[in-house]
Amino acid sequence: MIDLQQNHFELFGLPLCYDLDLARLEESYRRLQARVHPDRFVQASDAERRSSMQSSMRANEAYSTLKHPLARARYLLELRHVDVHGNSHSAMPPEFLEQQIEWREALEDAAHHPEALVSLEERLLTEIEAHYAELARRLDSESDVANAADLVRRLMFLERLREDIGDALERLHA
Amino acid sequence: MALLQISEPGMSPAPHQRRLAVGIDLGTTNSLVATMRSGIAVVLNDADGHALLPSIVRYCPDGSTAVGYSAQVQLARDPRNTIVSVKRFMGRGLKDVANAENCPYDFHDAPGMVQLRTCAGVKSPVEVSAEILRTLRARAEAALGGELVGAVITVPAYFDDAQRQATKDAGRLAGLNVLRLLNEPTAAAIAYGLDNAAEGVYAVFDLGGGTFDVSILRLSKGVFEVLATNGDPALGGDDFDHRVYCWIVEQARLAPLSDEDMRLVLTAAREAKEHLSFQSEARINVRLGTGDLIDVTMTQKTFAEVTRTLVQKTIAPAKKALRDAGLTVEEVNGVVMVGGATRMPQIQQAVAELFKQAPLNNLDPDKVVALGAAIQADVLAGNRAAGDDWLLLDVNPLSLGLETMGGLAERVIARNSTIPIAKAQDFTTFKDGQTAMAIHVVQGERELVSGCRSLARFELRGIPPMAAGAARIRVTFQVDADGLLSVSAREATTGVEAAVAVKPSYGLSDGEIARMLQDSIAHAGDDAQARALNEQRVEAKRMLEAVTAALAADAGLLSADELVALKTALDQLGAAAAGSDRRAIMAALERVNKITEPFAARRMDRSIRLALSGRRLEDMPF
Repeated sequence: MIDLQQNHFELFGLPLCYDLDLARLEESYRRLQARVHPDRFVQASDAERRSSMQSSMRANEAYSTLKHPLARARYLLELRHVDVHGNSHSAMPPEFLEQQIEWREALEDAAHHPEALVSLEERLLTEIEAHYAELARRLDSESDVANAADLVRRLMFLERLREDIGDALERLHA
Repeated sequence: MALLQISEPGMSPAPHQRRLAVGIDLGTTNSLVATMRSGIAVVLNDADGHALLPSIVRYCPDGSTAVGYSAQVQLARDPRNTIVSVKRFMGRGLKDVANAENCPYDFHDAPGMVQLRTCAGVKSPVEVSAEILRTLRARAEAALGGELVGAVITVPAYFDDAQRQATKDAGRLAGLNVLRLLNEPTAAAIAYGLDNAAEGVYAVFDLGGGTFDVSILRLSKGVFEVLATNGDPALGGDDFDHRVYCWIVEQARLAPLSDEDMRLVLTAAREAKEHLSFQSEARINVRLGTGDLIDVTMTQKTFAEVTRTLVQKTIAPAKKALRDAGLTVEEVNGVVMVGGATRMPQIQQAVAELFKQAPLNNLDPDKVVALGAAIQADVLAGNRAAGDDWLLLDVNPLSLGLETMGGLAERVIARNSTIPIAKAQDFTTFKDGQTAMAIHVVQGERELVSGCRSLARFELRGIPPMAAGAARIRVTFQVDADGLLSVSAREATTGVEAAVAVKPSYGLSDGEIARMLQDSIAHAGDDAQARALNEQRVEAKRMLEAVTAALAADAGLLSADELVALKTALDQLGAAAAGSDRRAIMAALERVNKITEPFAARRMDRSIRLALSGRRLEDMPF
């Protein structure tokens, strides 16, 4: 059975860092699932089938966390005992809140115009990419968890905005 | 002890030990059974050479049951006792059934699942489906000359938990060992991918008789990975028939029809639809029971017009699936068409426009699902050599969650998560001194519970009285490889626990299954006791084989004491299985199960280490 004490990185034999080699992650994940997946144990004893399911679930959980950059960053912070949410002292700075309102207003204005939505999405993607680049630096080279946590919170907002733009586009095309 | 061959999972037994396994496409309109023969998947025909079994069951006045063509011929004469498209009712209440008013059945709205009153009594859709499965099982056993080890049964990818559970129950009721419920588009992708050595991203567009699925998969050497799936469990060829039917009724200015005439016109509508897939017009010429004559002609253009909104209903799910997969249409290498309804030109055209490429039609859209299921059944039964198999990674189609304050749905497992999956979420009490918590499990994408499907309700009781918000209740959702959900709840400070396999509200309880099995056995003149004993013997044999093979490979993982204990338990199981005491076999099985627990864990451990040892040393974390 998979060792529950292992963290997700250890499970896949990967170095503990944000800037992961995603191809290697995928390869490790597939190799592991090829061994533990319930499809391999259909004819096995009940105990083995249970054990297979638990291991397969654990591999899926770890993989889905490490695969997505935001989830991976949150997980790395969690391993360093930084709670992204819990702390009410870490209210977002007013300038970011203002920016949020601006983005939201821009989305409302663009909601019925596909071209405006697409250009808003492009602008947002540039912003998101810049955030991820900085997040990588803060987490890996500088171990600056406080700033990293701040970036994660910002990204959570930006990613939700990206979803909402996608929803608006979907509604428009329906 | 004689040395046995090492039996790694996927290890192929010798040819004479080949395990008989089949894939079954339990379709809305037609059903099929297929198997692997000499390395090739083939559909098994009936004695008359038919591959398709119409999914039609007739309960005859003389107490017998007819399935397939023999039921179909009586369709217009005995519509009330001749059940078609029963798949639409699986796991569904009466209010969920579209066009129920146009079905010539005597519905009985039972809690959970709608039932049908027939001359053979009230029948659940599960029982009706089991008749179809039983017929296919008999066909397969006759063709293969032996008892089946198991079957893979396909379900629409967008089937929810209740529909999946109902399908699995039908399999059990038909006496099948259900190796896996496999999503239909995934089955098609296996058949297509292996046949064409396809690599890259593929969309499977599956419009069947009553259900619509679209799945996006990534195919690469040895792995079929579903990235996202979407669909509409109540959209299919039947709905196109119904539009044509309405058009005919309107054109011919017909008065309300009798059940028999309704069935006649529906059949004519279906024939017209099939005709219009290849011809520019179809003449509908029907003499009704009243003596009235219908004689109208439908053009392909009119056909496209009256069904336009149905075609459009397939586009949004396809776009959603692509978006969930994080891909654009340009990244899709091919679109595989599945299901008889994809023969309609307006569907071909809509798909080509959406994906900006001509869809792939080189596999028989009626058979591809059954063939894929047969290939997967062969793998699951252990007939393939290690290295000559593949990994199938599928997803759950709909988000799963719980009702929270204000009728809101709190998502616990997001749609398109790779299964099997487990997720836990913590909740707390709302009132001071609250000692029980109602847990309402829902499935769907809406924020409000009222917009989701209710799967189950249960209560966690015995929470010690605490201030509001002090209790910590951890609710764990678990979706297995069949896509079936179970939910458990546990209060952290006391360990009070409650669990439910999500069955009560839409599936059948074990008691109901037992009753139906009894009924069907009594009906067949079989002996229920003998049958139950035989089932336990089969289970004992399976367990003995599995554990013996595991011991042959890894006995070294056990201490001498453990080995003795396990061997003793195995001997007892063997002895019990040779006797005729069902309870003794059950008890012996339970003992072996318990003893093998740590052994199984250690074997899994070793397996995982082996999986990772393929990598270079400097890559290891320590």
